[in-house]
Order: sequence, then structure tokens, then C-alpha cells
Amino acid sequence: MPRLLPYLLLLPATAFLCLFFLYPFVQVAHDSVMRGGVYTLENFTRMAGHWKFSTAFWNTMLLAAVVVPVQLAMALTMASIVTKLQRGRSSILYIFAIPLGISDLAAGLIWLSVFEQSGFLNSLLVGLGVVDRPILLLGYQNTWVIFIAIALAEVWRATAIMMVILVAGMGLIPKEYGEAADVFGASRWQKFRRVTLPMLKPSLQTALILRVILAFEVFAVVVALGGTQLPVLMSETYHWQFAMQERGVAAAYAMVILAVSVAFTILILRLLHVPKGARV
Amino acid sequence: MAVIEIKQVAKNFGAFTALHSVDLTIADQEFMVLLGASGCGKTTLLRIIAGLETPTAGEVWIGGRRVDHLPPRERGIAMVFQNYAVFPHLTVFENIAFGLRMKKMDQAEVTRRVTRTAELMHIEQLLKRYSGELSGGQRQRVAVARALAMEPDVILMDEPLSNLDALLRLEMRAELKGVLAESNTTTIYVTHDQVEAMSLADRISVMNGGRIVQAANPVEVYRNPAARFVGSFIGNPPMNFLTATPVGPGKWQVAGQTYDGPHAQAAEFAVRPEDLHPADHGLPAEVRVVEPLGPHTLVTTTVAGQPFRAVLESTLMPRPGDVIHLAPVPDRIRWFDPATQTALC
Ligand SMILES: Nc1ncnc2c1ncn2[C@@H]1O[C@H](COP(=O)(O)OP(=O)(O)O)[C@@H](O)[C@H]1O
Ligand SMILES: [Mg+2]
Repeated sequence: MPRLLPYLLLLPATAFLCLFFLYPFVQVAHDSVMRGGVYTLENFTRMAGHWKFSTAFWNTMLLAAVVVPVQLAMALTMASIVTKLQRGRSSILYIFAIPLGISDLAAGLIWLSVFEQSGFLNSLLVGLGVVDRPILLLGYQNTWVIFIAIALAEVWRATAIMMVILVAGMGLIPKEYGEAADVFGASRWQKFRRVTLPMLKPSLQTALILRVILAFEVFAVVVALGGTQLPVLMSETYHWQFAMQERGVAAAYAMVILAVSVAFTILILRLLHVPKGARV
Repeated sequence: MAVIEIKQVAKNFGAFTALHSVDLTIADQEFMVLLGASGCGKTTLLRIIAGLETPTAGEVWIGGRRVDHLPPRERGIAMVFQNYAVFPHLTVFENIAFGLRMKKMDQAEVTRRVTRTAELMHIEQLLKRYSGELSGGQRQRVAVARALAMEPDVILMDEPLSNLDALLRLEMRAELKGVLAESNTTTIYVTHDQVEAMSLADRISVMNGGRIVQAANPVEVYRNPAARFVGSFIGNPPMNFLTATPVGPGKWQVAGQTYDGPHAQAAEFAVRPEDLHPADHGLPAEVRVVEPLGPHTLVTTTVAGQPFRAVLESTLMPRPGDVIHLAPVPDRIRWFDPATQTALC
């Protein structure tokens, strides 16, 4: 009995996951290859054939490609600074973690209030006399402003989660390694590059996978700031599911997001792989 | 060429004083051992010399240059850490090469130095491995090789052998002594193990409570402890101490026996257990425990109610309860001032 007990205790959670996660997942996978009661790839051809697909795909990729590296650099810098603090470390962490407590839609709305025609940015520009009257920043003529606004909102919203993971990871690196690097002549940059970064690989893996997957699922911020001006994979999924009532095509989109996420997860795991003997 | 001068170095951690104004000069190419019980400030002093800790007061000079405001890498030192700090993400080769790479030394020279030090430490067959694939002893060798490869003026070692098992420690001790004697470095070696200190040191600095109580060569430290603490810390079993009462100028009575001693108000009599032999007239000692140790017999007794040990020839086998008379070798008797706990002469 004592040997079975752990499994028994895990049973409810496992059952819950199977029921509410695995089952819908299988359902969606099934839906994506089912059309009119027959198995077919037509959902995928319809999806790929629509002019918005490649725009949505590349917008998503481009956003991730811009946002994630910026967040990584910022999170690493912030984590390095926070780790060195003697006092006030937890207060700073709490402050940095505030955006984590805000939903992505709320985050989008906050940045909308900055960028919209009657927003803070326009008031500031008018106040400074840079422009005569408020300009339409988030219009269809300049999608790049929308893109920048979304990127900013994403960086603002989700850098802290990476930082928190990296701070925890840096805390796990024994102090002696940094001291050895100091004694053996490493400059600050060399110490970071040659000692901290390689030893941080496991945390970097976690942080990057989490962030990249979330970046591929970007939705509420995009909708809040861009409406339909800047289609991404997730907004297209929503569009096909609810506006077009095309379950199958929406499911196909979901499968694309899944495939991209899995591919990048494997890539990150490979790139940041730590050989067995080289672990701490 | 690197003389190390430590001038009035003090260190406080908050309200706690870990080092009280330490003064110490270490000669070029000298092997200096910092010896003391755990918590006496050895590591703190070593870390201040390394630049990993800033002194609260005082100066550190290495090779005629004041270094206490310089970062570790500008001090011309290398260090062997207690837990080795061999980088887990680098191979043995890259670990040994670490300091050389930081200096951007060219590859040929790096290979030459790594190969040479690896041979010196007998780890040339491990160069491709990661530290996770090494035993404690092998990691220790890598840590020493990494320091030697720098060809530094000064090598600092913090209890480098304390994590090894007894046999390996003995082997490494002899090897370290050989290797370091051949290099031209000044060495500061921290340990709490007096045998290690004795066997390695040119000079030993005995530390107690954040102070250096005596800095002298091993024989001197053993024979002529500058303080009662040194006598009681060094030697196994430690020095014996007995109260003495003055019975005339320079004459002292100890447990009914009269000995020549210092001209002082008060004094404590001290003698090492090895410097006693049974005689017709001597300190009357009541035998408590007899421990035959092979070459010698360790006899624990009480003299005038005070604990007293003697190391006697193994042919002598007193029994518990016997009263034997122990005569000290006259020129090995030492006297300490009971007030200051320092040696009297
Ligand atoms: N960073 C620190 N903060 C507070 N106290 C410390 C710190 N480092 C050392 N100490 C204290 O200073 C004393 C000396 O420590 P240390 O130099 O490590 O002793 P040793 O190496 O001789 O065992 C100890 O009592 C220790 O508790
Ligand atoms: Mg120590």
C-alpha cells in the first residue's frame, strides 16, 4: 500500500489533466483533419490558401524574433544587477513582478491609452510642440507603429517572468565559481560570458521555452492595439473559429502554433544542452 | 619576486571583529602556513590578500605594490579553493587554461603550459574530461594545476586537502610540497591541521581569535611557543601546564619539586609530554589511563590535581593507580605569564 500511495495521490491531478487537457487536445487535432465527416487535409489547404495566413505567420515570427531577444537581454541585465544587490533585493523583485499580475488584455489597454489619438504620447507631443494636433499613430497606414507598440507592450508585460527565473538560476550558481573567475583574471564581461552564462543554461532553457511559446500565442495585446490591422496566428485562429464559424480551419491554425512551439522547444533544448558530465 | 606585507589589517563583519590588526610579512618564495582552529579568521585573512574581501582597515602589499584597492586579477595571485571551484562546464584542459585564456595568451603557449602543469600534477590523461567525471582527488589536482599554469607570484590555498580522505591527503601533501618547492612562488596555505602545517611550512603563523599569536618556523613554534595557546594547540597530545609558586628569586615550586625559572611575579610551568622520563625524583604523577601506541605509550595522569600527560617508551607499562615520578628534560621546561598568557624567559 505505501508503494501505491504516491500514485493514488497523483491520480486526481492526472485524471483532471487527461480530462481537461489531453481530451480537448486530441479533439482539436482530430478537428483539424476532419471536414464534412471525412478525414482530409482541406482545412490546412484552406488555411494556407487564404491571403492572411502568411502575413499572420510572419507577423508572429517577427514579433517573437524582436521581443524575445530584447527580453532576454533585459532580463539577463536586470537579473545580474538584482543578484548583486546586498539589500532591498526582494522589494525590487516585487516591483519588477508587478506587470506579471496584469492580464495581457489589460496590458494591451494600458499601452493603448499611451498610443491612441487622445493618448499620453500625443498629449506629450502636442505639449512639446512637436506636432500641431494629435496624430493617428495606430492607423492602417503605419503598421510599423502598431508593431512597435505591441513589441513594447509585450516587453513591458513579460520580461519580469524571465528575470525571476534567471534570478533564481543565478542564485543557484555557487559563489566560489565567480570568485575563481575573479582570481583567474576574468573581467566582468568575461566572467558573465565564460562562467555565469554557461552555468545558467538550465534556467535559460526554462525561461526561453516559456517565453517563446507565449510569444507564439500572442493575442490580447495585438487585438487591443492593432484590432485587425496586424494579424497574428492566434487572432486568425479566433477569427476562423468565431467570425467564420470554421472550426476545422481554426483547429488547423492551432496545430500550426503547436508545431512551431514544439519545434522551437526542441531547438532551444538542443542549443542549450548541457553534457552529462558538465552539470554542476 | 613577491614579498607579501600585511599591515594592521582588520576586518569587521557588522559588530563582529573577525581580524584584529594583523601584521605579517611573508618573504619571497616562502611557504607560509596560516594555522588555527575553525573560525579564527584564516579564510578571512586569505580572502583579504586575494582581494575577495575588503579589509575594514590596514594595507596589503604584494611585491612592493599596495594592492588592497585592486581587484583580484590585478594582484598577480592564483588561488586553490577549499571546494576546488573547478568549472563544471569546462573540460579539465579548459579549466587549467582558464586564467591563460583570460589573458588572451596565444594557443601554442596555452597548450604548452596546460600540458606541462597537467604532467606535473599527473592528470594528463584527464584533459578531455569534465569535472563531473572526476573524483575529489582528481578535482583537487585540477585546481592546483589551474593555479600553477598561471605561473603566479603568489599562490593562495584555503584548506586544499581538507575534503580528501586521509590516505589521499598524505599523498597530496607530499606532492604539493615537491611541486611548490620547484616553482618560484610565494605560498600562503591555510589549514587547521597541525601535522599538515608542520610538514609543509617554512614558517607557521598560528592564529587565535582573529590575531596572529606566533609566526615562526615549525620547530620554533613547537619548541618555544610564544603563547600558552600555541603550546596547547600544537602538539598531539598538547603541552602540559602546571601552576607554580615562587620560592625565591628565579626559583619555583611545582608539585613539590623546585625548578629554576624566570624572575617574575607569577608564572605557569609547562612541558611537552615527549620531554618527560621516569626518574626517582620528579613530578609525582598518579596514573589514570595507559594507551600503548606502538612506538610509545601515552600515559594520562594527574599531578597535584591537574591533568598531565606523558609520552613514554613503550617498554614502560605503568598501571592505572600507580604513582610514578616524571622528570622533565631541564632545557625543555617553558614558563608562561598567567596574566598575559605569553612566554616568559
Ligand atoms: N561574510 C561573513 N559575514 C559574517 N561573519 C563572517 C563572514 N565570514 C566570516 N565570518 C566570521 O568570521 C570568523 C572567521 O571566519 P573564517 O575566516 O572563515 O574562519 P576560518 O577560516 O579560520 O575557519 C568566523 O567567526 C565567521 O563566522
Ligand atoms: Mg576557513
